[in-house]
Amino acid sequence: MAQKLRRLCLNYRQNKLLYWMLLPSVVYVLVFNYLPMAGLTMAFQDYSLVKGIFGSKFVGLKNFREFFGGMYFGRTLSNTLILSLLDLLICFPAPIVLALMLNEVQHLRYKKAIQTVSYIPHFISMVVAAGLIKEFTNSGGVVAKIVEALGGTPRSYISLPQYFRSIFTVSQVWQTIGFNSIIFLAALSGINQELYEAAKIDGATRMKQMWHVTLPGISSTIIIMLILRCGAIMNVNFEKVLLLYTPSTYETADVISTYVYRVGIVKQKIGYSTAVGLFNSVVSLILVLTANKLSKTYTDSSMF
Amino acid sequence: MKSGTKINEGAPRYIFLAVNAVVLGLIGFCCLAPMWHVFCCSISDPSALARSGGFHLLPIAPYSFDGYKAVFGYRNILIGYTNTLFYVVFGVALNLLLTIPCAYVLSRKRFLPANGFMLFMAFTMIFSGGLIPTYLVFVKLGLIDTRLAILLCTAFNAFNMVILRTSFLSIPVALEESALLDGANDLQILVRIVLPLSKASVAVITLFVAVGIWNSWFTSAIYLMDRGKWPIQLFLREVLINNSQKSLEAGVKASAESLQTLVKYAITIVATLPILCVYPFVQRYFVKGVMIGSIKG
Repeated sequence: MAQKLRRLCLNYRQNKLLYWMLLPSVVYVLVFNYLPMAGLTMAFQDYSLVKGIFGSKFVGLKNFREFFGGMYFGRTLSNTLILSLLDLLICFPAPIVLALMLNEVQHLRYKKAIQTVSYIPHFISMVVAAGLIKEFTNSGGVVAKIVEALGGTPRSYISLPQYFRSIFTVSQVWQTIGFNSIIFLAALSGINQELYEAAKIDGATRMKQMWHVTLPGISSTIIIMLILRCGAIMNVNFEKVLLLYTPSTYETADVISTYVYRVGIVKQKIGYSTAVGLFNSVVSLILVLTANKLSKTYTDSSMF
Repeated sequence: MKSGTKINEGAPRYIFLAVNAVVLGLIGFCCLAPMWHVFCCSISDPSALARSGGFHLLPIAPYSFDGYKAVFGYRNILIGYTNTLFYVVFGVALNLLLTIPCAYVLSRKRFLPANGFMLFMAFTMIFSGGLIPTYLVFVKLGLIDTRLAILLCTAFNAFNMVILRTSFLSIPVALEESALLDGANDLQILVRIVLPLSKASVAVITLFVAVGIWNSWFTSAIYLMDRGKWPIQLFLREVLINNSQKSLEAGVKASAESLQTLVKYAITIVATLPILCVYPFVQRYFVKGVMIGSIKG
């Protein structure tokens, strides 16, 4: 231990500037990342802004009991999980399919043009995107017009709880399909072309080539992305939900993080909302670590 | 045998390619059309637009630029625009000032506690105090309703740092060693050797941070009450999401409701234009950006 310290001192004396260059970012991370973690103790307190962390009363698990016992626990948890699973089932495979389709295009200009255009939704701000989604799905919007043309009764879909999940998921595909396909396209371009030649000589049809050459070629990328995605299951695109939901759609739209926002920042129930947030973070952490462990076991790659 | 396989996949292959091209075209259309629709609406005839609703792939004649004229007349939009520019310029500068030195130090073999600090930084990527405790730190530091709060929110991101560090690590150590022998210090090595060799990665980070700040609204929504400090996205939210005309001040409130619809589209275009302008330039960096992000840190 003492020897380690001596080596550290020596290292510092030889590379003083390095230590000083690191200082600002370390201070930043301490204050804005680690201090909030210490602030998680508020989850176990009947926190009051006036008394602060050291003056507020400890109440043990009362905040957690209140959350788990209340009506919001079941609703926000299931909404979070459902939106996430829909994302996993639909938004995750979509860019892979897009990449495979683009890969079949032989006209390079056409391929490039489609790629370029498909990135656009990713760069439109969330506020504008949500504004568009609202406009298209309200009673006078394009969706209502199409339904009307097909003989149905147009409705204001965005304000009806039964449509929220579909609207959220479809728009999520629109926002992410292009940008997320980049990584799969890169993986596709890394496949050895000789493998295709060999498959052709062996008499493999196009479909068989895709099944036996293309998919195995990008499977490791798919698995890594899938694992990363699984780790993020508790993190629904919260800013988007916040912009799209209204009290009339809370029933299907309210997720844990939007609930934390409403209770914590709007109603200032600090201790309770910290507890709810902590529950979310801990489940998230467990998911990330599990996903990473799985990735280490079944593939060669892991995040850490 | 060879010719047999060719006959087998000849005709279906062409059908497949055609269907593939058409479906891809449709996807491309879906990605492009919404913003195009907004643009068309923004120069359409206001009263006809208010009556028709729905989707427009062509502007409705007679074309009108009243929407844009009105938008540039609002003080709030001007305020939002200047504020956003301020946050982007200084936010990016602050971010780079924290991220680059950190990535540099943690990529040096000479720096003994590098692994420990990497762990210290990387842990923030998988666990955080969450919204409320972070908010309270800002409250306790007296940062609420200050511009500094918005700059600090985006000042450092461990993920970007890891990306940058990976690219710094790929620079041959020999360059650094010879510079050290010539008596260069670390700042000189960073500025004269490392940064010029990692221009592309730094560009990617800069662009992504800039776009992120331009498009961000949530942190400003919770930390800023004073409308004079609001970025453009918050005014946009008022107009597009809350359907409130508060941002548009007395002049427009009095004017016809049809003009308000027009203004809504014009503001959207005005606020998105800078992103769409840098877009062709940024585009070629996307692949690179995503790729360095995927390399194990």
